[in-house]
Amino acid sequence: MADLHFLANPARFRRFSQRVVPSLSGATALMLAVGLYLALLQSPPDYQQGDTVRIMFVHVPSAWLAMAGYALLAGLGASLLIWRHPLAALMARAAAPVGAGFCAVCLLTGSLWGRPMWGAYWVWDARLTSMLLLFFLYLGHIALSRAYDEPERGDRAAAILALIGVINLPIIKFSVDWWNTLHQPASVVRLGGPSIHPSILVPLLWMAVTLFLLFVLLVLLRTDTEIDRRRLENAEQQA
Amino acid sequence: MSGFAALVARDLRLVWRRPGDVAVVLAFFVVATTLFPLGIGPEANVLARIAAGVLWCAALFAALLSLDRLFAADFEDGTLDLLLLAPWPLELAALAKCCAHWIVTGLPLAALAPLLGVAFGLESSVLLALSATLLVGTPTLSLIGGLAAALTLGARKSGALLALLALPLCVPTLIFGAGAVEALASGGDFGAHFAVLAALALVALATTPWAIAAALRQAGE
Repeated sequence: MADLHFLANPARFRRFSQRVVPSLSGATALMLAVGLYLALLQSPPDYQQGDTVRIMFVHVPSAWLAMAGYALLAGLGASLLIWRHPLAALMARAAAPVGAGFCAVCLLTGSLWGRPMWGAYWVWDARLTSMLLLFFLYLGHIALSRAYDEPERGDRAAAILALIGVINLPIIKFSVDWWNTLHQPASVVRLGGPSIHPSILVPLLWMAVTLFLLFVLLVLLRTDTEIDRRRLENAEQQA
Repeated sequence: MSGFAALVARDLRLVWRRPGDVAVVLAFFVVATTLFPLGIGPEANVLARIAAGVLWCAALFAALLSLDRLFAADFEDGTLDLLLLAPWPLELAALAKCCAHWIVTGLPLAALAPLLGVAFGLESSVLLALSATLLVGTPTLSLIGGLAAALTLGARKSGALLALLALPLCVPTLIFGAGAVEALASGGDFGAHFAVLAALALVALATTPWAIAAALRQAGE
């Protein structure tokens, strides 16, 4: 925790991000190039799904990051409400659209995969519905944080929403178990540990790490922008 | 506790003096529900099949419709500032406001739903179940809606924003409320759905008053 408090100062965060961003962007680009080679060329097509299995290399990490992103929003919300860290609010502002973007990518790739595999772009499966709800929670967070004339008020309202929304996450998650009578539970994409062959698992994990780095990079860059924007707004008010 | 009762009584008295506000919400519920048979067609077995979902969705919208004024009037005339200064927990005040909202919307909705259910051709045991699920489920809607109302207090376009915030959070209640009625109608396990519905209400009761109070505090700053 001490390290996170260290970064709570916007100026210190600025120095940290400026040191990290160049190497992080290089690493992300390199990882992405290798990951695309692994996912698109090197890994074999699935014996049942054929080449559509490659959609999973983007789909599954996006789903993980969408959920991790909301957990991050809740953590930042708690940090804003408890310690009043000004940076937490700015980072939440920066992270919410990124998380929503990964959530949208997850939903879109999932429906593109579903068309050839399930025969439908969309089914009202518990897993799909819960992801859609997560997307709506993101939209609510984004809209609420920008709905006030004083940005600080929007930040704190959105922080409370994120903390309540995160209570809803496990409810949404467990609805998979309660709700599986309607649709095929076996076809829900999931990692069964060793049930996935290493030739598929390795590119998947590689892409997961890559997209995680991309997520961190985007959040750092956007947080920098938010710091600038907030400074500009404050300067305009004082002028 | 006397403060709690006084606040509930005050809100009920305010509603009593302007009963039109509640009547509009109930009228919306009836009109919205009757649109479905007109839009979908009057086949009896289709209507009976969708009745629980339609009535639950309409009740959810009706409950939301009446929420945007829940704290706004108190915010504008300064009552909220007095509640913030009052030497008793704001959480109780939030709970009292939601409680009063439930008495004037959730309760009449639960009483009205079986009447509309008859028009959808539901059997009497299913009508009873419908009323029971609404009775247990609508407090959750009032509490979550109260939170959305407190969060959007003073925001631009608060009405649409309130719906965007509250609806996703109300989905579990909707699923298990309509699901319980459906389960009874199709011979499934009514008790399990109903228990989850009640559990959701208890979770909302245990968590939302604190969140509402936090939202009201920062609205008053």
